[in-house]
Amino acid sequence: MNGKSAAKEPFARVVRRDELPLWRRLGIRVIAAGLSLIVCALFIFLVTRSNPAAVYKSLVDGAVGTSRRTWSTLRDTAILLSIALAITPAFKMRFWNIGAEGQILVGGIATAAVMRYCGGISPFLLFVAIIAASLAAGMLWGLVPAVFKAIWGTNETLFTLMMNYIAIQLTSFFSIVWEAKKGSGTIGTINSDTKAGWISTSFMEGLFGKSNYSIIVLLVLLLTIGMYIYLKYTKHGYEISLVGESTNTARYAGVNVRLVTIRTMALSGAICGLTGFFMVSGSSHTISTSTAGGRGFTAIIVSWLAKFNPFIMIIVSFFLSFMSNGAIQIASEFKLNESASEVITGIILFFILGSEFFVNYRVILGRHHDKNESSTGKEGQA
Amino acid sequence: MTQSRENISPSSGEKYAIELRGISKYFGKVAANENISLSVRQGEILSLLGENGSGKTTLMNMLSGIYFPDHGQIFVNGKEVVIRSPKDAYELGIGMIHQHFKLIDVFTAAENIILGMDGQSGMINMKAVSAGIQSLIDRYGFHLDLNRKIYDMSVSEKQTVEIVKMLYRGASILILDEPTAVLTPQETDHLFDVLRKMKEDGKSIIIITHKLQEVLSLSDRVAILRKGKYIGTVLTSEATRQSLSDMMVGERVSLDIDRPLPVDPKECLKVSHLTCYDKYGVKALDDVNFTAYTGEILGIAGVAGSGQRELLEAIAGLHECEGQILYTSPSSDTPTDLKGMDPLAIKQAGVALSFVPEDRLGMGLNGDMGMTGNMLIRSYREGPFHTLMERKKPRDLAEKIRSSLGVVTPGLNTPVRRLSGGNVQKVLVGREIATAPHLLMTAYAVRGLDINTSMLIYQLLNEQKAKGVAVIYVGEDLDVLLALSDRILVLCGGHVSGILDARTASKEEVGLLMTTHGEE
Repeated sequence: MNGKSAAKEPFARVVRRDELPLWRRLGIRVIAAGLSLIVCALFIFLVTRSNPAAVYKSLVDGAVGTSRRTWSTLRDTAILLSIALAITPAFKMRFWNIGAEGQILVGGIATAAVMRYCGGISPFLLFVAIIAASLAAGMLWGLVPAVFKAIWGTNETLFTLMMNYIAIQLTSFFSIVWEAKKGSGTIGTINSDTKAGWISTSFMEGLFGKSNYSIIVLLVLLLTIGMYIYLKYTKHGYEISLVGESTNTARYAGVNVRLVTIRTMALSGAICGLTGFFMVSGSSHTISTSTAGGRGFTAIIVSWLAKFNPFIMIIVSFFLSFMSNGAIQIASEFKLNESASEVITGIILFFILGSEFFVNYRVILGRHHDKNESSTGKEGQA
Repeated sequence: MTQSRENISPSSGEKYAIELRGISKYFGKVAANENISLSVRQGEILSLLGENGSGKTTLMNMLSGIYFPDHGQIFVNGKEVVIRSPKDAYELGIGMIHQHFKLIDVFTAAENIILGMDGQSGMINMKAVSAGIQSLIDRYGFHLDLNRKIYDMSVSEKQTVEIVKMLYRGASILILDEPTAVLTPQETDHLFDVLRKMKEDGKSIIIITHKLQEVLSLSDRVAILRKGKYIGTVLTSEATRQSLSDMMVGERVSLDIDRPLPVDPKECLKVSHLTCYDKYGVKALDDVNFTAYTGEILGIAGVAGSGQRELLEAIAGLHECEGQILYTSPSSDTPTDLKGMDPLAIKQAGVALSFVPEDRLGMGLNGDMGMTGNMLIRSYREGPFHTLMERKKPRDLAEKIRSSLGVVTPGLNTPVRRLSGGNVQKVLVGREIATAPHLLMTAYAVRGLDINTSMLIYQLLNEQKAKGVAVIYVGEDLDVLLALSDRILVLCGGHVSGILDARTASKEEVGLLMTTHGEE
């Protein structure tokens, strides 16, 4: 007849934690990352019988082994970061913009169009035209669902998702219109002879040195700082937080919710369009339906994992780009296909996302507060 | 005054309906209940008294199977039991009536009552079932039409359905969580009559409340909790309002509310023919007319959902309406019509209007932001810069409110969502008063607050009144409304059913108006 007699009590219970100190929150995530590497090692060993250490070494080698690979990883980081920055204001406003994919593609199409048709004008004017066109195209793609939501209350998730498919089909359409060789169905490298509109042209070289990618990295870094200031210190940023937390609070504060919704999505779409410009002008010099390559969705993970903090997004997007570039190396060196690396990235993300649960909650097995079990055993108390 | 605090030892021969021994429940580091032992006799009404946040509802939720205790034992009719789910509680004859009803709107009362019960076969004989329920209704004197649908019912009828539901399922121990919060005085009296009949019938009843008057008129014994700890149980016959409140708060508090006479009242707000609709297109306010004067507190009474929210929101520019809302500022004689203006336009028109809305974290404040961020809700457009926000002044204001109102927070940037209800309200009221309003509207300003914080809020409102502010106070506790207001406007179903002088009106008069529909 004491406390222990309740044998049928629940096996485990989940209890919300108080705020943990920073080092413990970080600690939990580090442990999760460590565990994920162990599980990955197990996976690698079971599937390939290779030495996990060698595989990890090859992963690092693939991502940052040579200066060329490092730059390529940095470029991917910059592009992923740029998309994450683009969707962050929308997400902070609780506007679920999952249409980054489409907004990037239309930005890319606009870039390609200006490169093709205006390649002859002076480089300065050409870049102004390209940037303006890509911003405008992305902005338009972002505005359509925002206007519908603001005026008629449509669901933005489905809307932005479907806008992606329109953008993909548009890209296919232009792949045929602009195809390099009849029947190839691909655009091929645009302006391969003149390199007009390439970010590595002499016009840019004088300003930013030789590397193709350093300018993108630099621009995205500026964008990061700009977005941090925009969200945290400006009146616009404050309005975004208000609308995101509660539209009633926003109305109470005299915010025009419709205007903020439309304005923020215009910004979000425009930055996505600009990223399309980075991709087309800055690295691939062509466009296809796989140009965005799912990064519009991966960026959502980056934004959320960083809790909308632009500086933490740098770390997250670097990690993801590091993993995917390293994976290409594993694939060729160990005769695995690239899906193996996706499995590894998946496992690591699973652990890191899962660790959030342990940051916020605590699991208790059986009855936890045993310290004064004896005193509460038999006596009543007044 | 001597109190006989009973110290009941479990070895004494009496079989209790319910006995709790050493019950504890923790949420994180917070002890919601700590080592609580109390008992309920068969055929008695026990009041569970305590301030908001003292752990009353948590304790009862462990009896009804919603929470599971971290420690301790529960005995029902002398036998130790483990209650892991609401179903376990039903089987033990424990039924809890929550503050928020759990009924299906499109079903009738009878259908709701049998919902989820196991039948003998696949068929339901509604007639026989209804007859069974009807006999219960007659026995205890409920007012209930079994064939009415829930959406047609008043709050009090819905509550009746919940109670009958529990009885029909064979509950012999009933727990009611603040049942009178939503009732008029007349409905409360009727509920108490029914509960007394149930007690005579041998049922045990636990009523959770923080209203001292009700405790004294209804219960046999009172168990008092304070900050998660059990303070003691006293016989109601030996208790007084002051003795109970002292035990509940742990120190002596004055229960008197000041009411100075209005000085030099001038017309501040004249509302005429105000009509508005809710989001379903149903009339929420119907031709409302009244005037609010400076230096006066105008109380607004009414059953919850009688149009109070819409009235204040219409004035604040948050709800579309028809009619006229004339505001006269102290500096000019020509009134401005606020109708059709949004909050920004009202502010830009130079109207010194402050509003403490009912939904504190969902409208008045941003829960994710700290105190400083919440000061900005009123002032983020100001300051010397075009795009950047001025942050120093709001921070200073937040610091001032924190020290002058005693807001307990780890820091000015700690999200206000993490603060206790009382501290959240101090932040909100502090900010609204800081804008030096000419008209101050508050909706349920003390809901969920402990006695000390409530008294502080009344004091702040009286200070505003003394400064010549026109104060509109929407409240639910009639005792407070009658003690604090100068005049009381009573709303019923969106109509103004009367405006009374609060110094002479009685609680019964107000209660009667709360249920008087239409014009007399």
